Amino acid sequence: MPSLDDLKKRIKSVKSTQKITKAMKMVAAAKLKKAQEIAENSRPYSSKLKNIIFNLTESIQDKTNAPKLLVGSGKDEIILCVIMTADRGLCGGFNSNICKLAKNDIKKFISKGKKVKIIVVGSKGFDQLKRDYNDIILEKISYKEKKVISFKEADEIGKKILNLFNNSEFDKCILYYNNFKNVITQIPTAQQIIPTENINNEKSNEKLEHNYVEFEPDEDEILNNLLPKNISTQIYKAFLENLASEQGSRMTAMDNATRNAGDLVDKLTINYNRSRQASITKELIEIISGAESL
Amino acid sequence: MSETFKFDLITPERSILSTETTEVIIPAFEGQMTVLKDHIPIITFLKPGIITFLESSNSKNYLIDDGTVEFKNNYLLILTENAIDLEKFDKSSAPNIINKLESEILQNQISDKEKFLISSKIETLKEISR
Repeated sequence: MPSLDDLKKRIKSVKSTQKITKAMKMVAAAKLKKAQEIAENSRPYSSKLKNIIFNLTESIQDKTNAPKLLVGSGKDEIILCVIMTADRGLCGGFNSNICKLAKNDIKKFISKGKKVKIIVVGSKGFDQLKRDYNDIILEKISYKEKKVISFKEADEIGKKILNLFNNSEFDKCILYYNNFKNVITQIPTAQQIIPTENINNEKSNEKLEHNYVEFEPDEDEILNNLLPKNISTQIYKAFLENLASEQGSRMTAMDNATRNAGDLVDKLTINYNRSRQASITKELIEIISGAESL
Repeated sequence: MSETFKFDLITPERSILSTETTEVIIPAFEGQMTVLKDHIPIITFLKPGIITFLESSNSKNYLIDDGTVEFKNNYLLILTENAIDLEKFDKSSAPNIINKLESEILQNQISDKEKFLISSKIETLKEISR
């Protein structure tokens, strides 16, 4: 049985932790609203761009000469995993969820005899992955100092990936991030960005009426220009989705923590009162029995 | 106004506008072009410049960066990295941007295409600040 003093100290410390988690929850809620707005605003751009590329690929007859970014390098040997995580912790299962998904996939790839390379974005993911895969992590990118992540940063990563692809460092590129569905659900997602994912399945019902489309300049040039842009855009989208997810996840985590701390304080207070009463009773008994013995 | 068609202008950050219009003048990669209703389906690029469209018989201008244009089924979609309403554009900041771009263009590692894009951006900015 802890002494009264100990209990008092513990109650105090839990209370101050509760204050911190509460404050973090508030901050996350405020940031979430903004991040969510940005993420939702960015969705049309990336989905429309995807659509254009889809329409373009439809109208290309000669698939063998299509750009490599679209159809792949023809091999399926080396896989580049771009794993996007947060730079900060205390956000529930956010970082672990992405890492878990990525690790599972990486294990699968390796067991199939493929080579895996990793680029980690965000320091938390690096911390989790370096234990197992330190030797195949090509690069660790972190934007901890940056307050706002703009298209420029995504473009930087996109260019790095493109460079690697052009040097045939990998055949397939998969992007891992948390897709923001709503405040309590974020879905860890794996999205293949090189070669461009086939979006055929979604749109097979919707037959294109206009098969004839004018291109200016020609298809190849347009595709050659659009595909790199698409990669940067998808990365940017992943960034924003991740940002919103991080805040959402943190908010729920901190909300739970605050509630738990409240429960703990209640329990400790009952304990405290009980032991206080016990010590008073004990003292009374001592006094009474002392008086009786006289 | 039966001659209108849908027009969206979207940047990665947000959707700038979504409206009905009768006419849009686009600074396309291979020269300026105007899109009217029932234009044939087209996909092309933008070069940095000014996009002009009619909204209830007022013409509006937007300063844009390079991007993509798609016109299909009377729906014009413009994706660009940056778009600013020309009325809200701070003209006093133009010389600074021009200087920055001019120093960028002198770097050796940029490609001819990038050079072309930057120089057309400079031209547009110069025109505005005049």
